[in-house]
Amino acid sequence: MNEPLLTVENLSISFPGSSGGRIGVVDRVGFTIKAGETLALVGESGCGKSMTALAIMRLVPKPGRIDEASRIRFDGRDLLALAVPQMRRVRGASIGMIFQEPMTSLNPVTTVGEQVLEAVELHADISRGEARSRVLELFALVGIPDPKARFAAYPHQLSGGLKQRVMIAMAMVMRPRLLIADEPTTALDATIRAQILELLRDLSAKTGTAVLLITHDFGVVNEVADRVAVMYAGGIVEEGTRVELLSRPRHPYTQGLLRSIPRPEARGHRLEEIKGAVPRPGHWPAGCRFHTRCSFAFEPCPVDEPGRTSLSSTHAARCHLVAREARP
Amino acid sequence: MHWLSNIVVVLLLVGAVLAGRHVIRDRFWRENAIQLWRRRPVTIVIIGIYLLIALLDSIAWVDMPSEADALTSGKPRTVIDRIFRPEAFKEASYSAPLADVEFYGGKPLLFPGTHLLGTDLLGRDVVYRTLKGVRVALLIGGLTSLVVIPIALLFGVSAGYWGRRIDDAVFFAMTVLASVPSLLLLIALIMVLGRGTVQVCVALGVTGWVHFCRIARGETLKLREADYVAAARALGVSDAAIIRRHILPNIAHLVIITFALSFTGLVLSETILSYLGIGLEGSWGQMIDQARNELSRTPIIWWNLAGASVALFVLVLAVNMLADAMRDIIDPRTRREER
Repeated sequence: MNEPLLTVENLSISFPGSSGGRIGVVDRVGFTIKAGETLALVGESGCGKSMTALAIMRLVPKPGRIDEASRIRFDGRDLLALAVPQMRRVRGASIGMIFQEPMTSLNPVTTVGEQVLEAVELHADISRGEARSRVLELFALVGIPDPKARFAAYPHQLSGGLKQRVMIAMAMVMRPRLLIADEPTTALDATIRAQILELLRDLSAKTGTAVLLITHDFGVVNEVADRVAVMYAGGIVEEGTRVELLSRPRHPYTQGLLRSIPRPEARGHRLEEIKGAVPRPGHWPAGCRFHTRCSFAFEPCPVDEPGRTSLSSTHAARCHLVAREARP
Repeated sequence: MHWLSNIVVVLLLVGAVLAGRHVIRDRFWRENAIQLWRRRPVTIVIIGIYLLIALLDSIAWVDMPSEADALTSGKPRTVIDRIFRPEAFKEASYSAPLADVEFYGGKPLLFPGTHLLGTDLLGRDVVYRTLKGVRVALLIGGLTSLVVIPIALLFGVSAGYWGRRIDDAVFFAMTVLASVPSLLLLIALIMVLGRGTVQVCVALGVTGWVHFCRIARGETLKLREADYVAAARALGVSDAAIIRRHILPNIAHLVIITFALSFTGLVLSETILSYLGIGLEGSWGQMIDQARNELSRTPIIWWNLAGASVALFVLVLAVNMLADAMRDIIDPRTRREER
């Protein structure tokens, strides 16, 4: 009963390197999502957050591979052990996914209604008429005005915001228990972004769907997340509830990220930044991967990989400094 | 054989009606069709006339014994045959267009002043022979494309979509075919299969699918990475359904354009086959081949060549212009420049 909806343990993903061997892009990532909860996975581009999402759907592009020690449990089932046809039934029916680019995520030669209908007919054994009314109902639910007219529209006739609503409708059509949203608002302008986030929050509350939100934007995190996990160079460095993470960040990387958000009261001052760039996969430094950019780095950092330090029942960080301060 | 051809005509008409209904119902295709008509009305009418002639020449039936005369009894005759009555409507040998007397010897003709393009060596009316060539030309272009497009789509799309070993195998097959001189292969195939219409079309198809296969493979390779294909996968859509619903509709425009372009190439290549003596019975290629000898005579006998060449030229030009207009309309890149 108390088992979380989704448990990811020890998830590692690697790609073959150009000179033989394999290069890890995600390294022993673990997190859980409870039913109805929204978890935001935050990190810079290239830190492996999208790859983590694809791994849950078992859609890691070839020749990428999920390491054998990885465990992904969803709703009591081991997703990595499912046969392909069973996994296909999980996709779309139990886990929905929406993508970053609503502009290109719809097939240009079919009407949007047909495309959503495709999803319904795939997973539900109902007549075409029933499926159609279900799609129209859903269009109304995700706030598409005049659903009947939009049903017969082609993607190029819809705005970006409407297209993203269609994408959300498509992902939500089977009332999945988990919705993975991979930077759903990046391609949209600010006003539409607020609307889409509100829609996601609404839907989650109304249908009890858990959301895994992937983003690099703390504004988005602040608006919708219950809990937050921060990723850096393929691993989770800090996790906690929204309040813990946004108001009492402990990991130097999280602190740095939060400091580099532009704030109105800091107008006229130079924006703080984290020096350097994210190390590319295959070039991760030894020890703590952040130590090359960390201004607090001390002796153990380049040598030992920091373990997980629990700060509360929900808050934890992987940092030598945090570990030393927490020690009695 | 005539009943088979009648059945094919009926099937083609049914297919055309169904395709037409789809075009009218689907806004994407309807808008494109209207635009095409606006741009190239004359071309479409010309192609329509060719199609009509070919259809009329494909519907044949045998007369009741009571109605038939000695020349026609027991033989299936097409509508075109019935209009021209070639059994009776002929002369002894060459005659110039609209002439009253024979070209050699000057004997009066049986039908003076009625042979619009004169008659050939055996006294056959050239207009009639030219019209008979329409069906052969359309058969060569159409039937061969029916062989080529499914093969090329099957191999091209599966190579592009699954890649790896399938891709390697298809590429190997294409490379091997490309390294055999296609004319030699063609002659060899026709020798083995025989010289019938279907056989020649199959031979042309087997040697001609590589080009379109490459196009289909490249396009599939690109579409495979499209965001909407990724979205479909995330919805749990199977590979077969992704190909059917997302990949094929998005390369349909390529199919149409390649069909039109390869059609003209095939019609023209039949002339070369005729020149080599392995062409189809009654084709324009044969008429042109025959005219080779006639051109060296004085005074020149040109009408045989003129009839076939003009018919060939008009058909090829019309189809090419249509294909060009279609590409302009369908290709998103040229489309955008217009606005």
